[in-house]
Amino acid sequence: MSLRDRAFRRYRGRVTPRRWRFLVLWRYSRREVFSSRMVTALYALSFAPILVAATLVYLRHNLPALEAMELSVADLVAVDGTFFYYLLRSQGVFAFLLTALVGPGLVSPDLGNNGLPLYLCRPFSRMEYVLGKLSVLLILTSSITWVPLCGLVLFQAGMEPGWLAAHPNLLGGVFAGSWIAILPLGLLALALSAWVRWRLLAAAMTVATPLVAGGFGAFLNEIGLDRGDWGHLASPVDLVFGLWERMLTGVEVELPAVAAAFGLAAFAALCLLILHLKLRAYEVVR
Amino acid sequence: MSQSPIRDADRDTDAPVIELDDLQVRLGGRPVLRGLSASLGGRCLGLLGPNGAGKTTLLHTLLGFHKPASGGARIFGRDVTRDLDEVRSLVGYMPENDAFVANMSAVHLVRMLGELSGLPASESLERAHEALFYVGLGEARYRDIGTYSQGMKQLVKLAQALVHGPRLLLLDEPTNALDPPARERMLRHVTEIRDSGEAHIVLSSHLLRDVERCCDEVLVLRDGKVAAYRNLEAERRANRKFLELELRGEMDGFLSAMRNLGADCALAPRRGKRRVKMVLPEGLEVRKLYHEAARRRVQIRRLSYKRDSLEEIFLAAMEGAEEEVAAVTGVGQAGVEAGVEGGAP
Repeated sequence: MSLRDRAFRRYRGRVTPRRWRFLVLWRYSRREVFSSRMVTALYALSFAPILVAATLVYLRHNLPALEAMELSVADLVAVDGTFFYYLLRSQGVFAFLLTALVGPGLVSPDLGNNGLPLYLCRPFSRMEYVLGKLSVLLILTSSITWVPLCGLVLFQAGMEPGWLAAHPNLLGGVFAGSWIAILPLGLLALALSAWVRWRLLAAAMTVATPLVAGGFGAFLNEIGLDRGDWGHLASPVDLVFGLWERMLTGVEVELPAVAAAFGLAAFAALCLLILHLKLRAYEVVR
Repeated sequence: MSQSPIRDADRDTDAPVIELDDLQVRLGGRPVLRGLSASLGGRCLGLLGPNGAGKTTLLHTLLGFHKPASGGARIFGRDVTRDLDEVRSLVGYMPENDAFVANMSAVHLVRMLGELSGLPASESLERAHEALFYVGLGEARYRDIGTYSQGMKQLVKLAQALVHGPRLLLLDEPTNALDPPARERMLRHVTEIRDSGEAHIVLSSHLLRDVERCCDEVLVLRDGKVAAYRNLEAERRANRKFLELELRGEMDGFLSAMRNLGADCALAPRRGKRRVKMVLPEGLEVRKLYHEAARRRVQIRRLSYKRDSLEEIFLAAMEGAEEEVAAVTGVGQAGVEAGVEGGAP
């Protein structure tokens, strides 16, 4: 088209590389995501534990400040694996709530308004669509989990030379630990959103699924009696917490790490299967 | 973000726009397209057929939404299954039903979809504004699409199909749910794009008047098969009229005599009456026809000059009388299967 001529004209210019085109969806969703006051408030609140933790780390290495507050280093919690384990748990809760608020609004409106053909009639695949929508959640939750936590680990390491060598698993632990939580969580929100196609119901189901699964896992453990904690396999939250504990604190939990990783992979695969079945340009009515 | 040149968008300019090669598509285990074969090269192709004939399924197959059970299809020489990305970058699609992304203004939606087609952000923004002005939504382009009327939503769908400047536009029932002025405007856009020579158009519709006005070729589908094909533009240019005769008496001798004089004749019985369609060769006058009829004692009860209207073509195709019409006009199913290329100049 030409605005001056009011006539259609072909586009013969350059095109962007295909590899990063899915990030277009992130750019356009960002404004929509933060248009909700609740999301913005929750997002801002999610930095509170990080700020408190950063303050603690700073105080531990600032004796004059401690003396001014009439405190000693012994009064402060130790900055170690357990410290980061609990910090990751608190950030995990915020990530979970943000995903439940934002995730269902990403896919269900497209399906409800028959918007998928508009995306998929272009050189843009279903996988890229999922990747684009998932990137919205992953960028959002990354910014409150592994990004600040890794920063905090490095901050502490900078304050106390030799500390990082004494805690070699922490940097990788908070990074990998964050991803094993935010990735299945994002997939769950998208899958439920694609499945029920109703934003509110999808949000409720995103919140309820881990809780129900946790209850079911506990029930399986209960009826399994002395056969171990294999019921946790049914509960993604238990699997994530178990892996975090093992990675950050070194405490061995009963469920083997391989089994927990397999359980989470199966859960993610189930979500991907739902997305594969539900995200179609057009549904075939049988 | 680095950019790469657009991928050979203009190669194969001589290739037919759409080639269907014994295309079969099954949906839910049911055959929907049954062995379509055609080679179409016109500027604007009308896709006609009753509900369930397979028009939308054909468009979806060309877009790669459905995989062919057998056979294949090509757009500008690119296979719709193997070269799907290339095909999709050459095509703009306007779906039949309401289709939009919630909580977005028209300019944001069209810009985003332009970027997904590969346009750089600044180009996409510029073309989104242009496309929305072009379709007549310039003043309303910052409004949320959810607040648009049905007609405005149709125009947004057209704008998003145009934004990336495709070589082929697939328009599925573009005048659906439009009031007469909006319909007029939509058809004007279609004819303008057709006449610009910048893009080819496939117009799927059940409205014969829309197709007759915009299209230079028409493909009629029935039960997933090609029921008729007409190059309307060629027929218009040839100003091809025929005589329709209602006769009584021994016709065979009369018809063979007329054929010997160079006339094309075909029986076209209608409502139990013996009718003949006839095209007289250049220089042969109607007086000669009367003379031959009188000589063979054949009564001519009615004689009129006619031209196949699209409605007649469509009805004939629906009644399965296509072969008889084809015998008179000289173009038909065989033309489709043999490949009718070139189209309008």
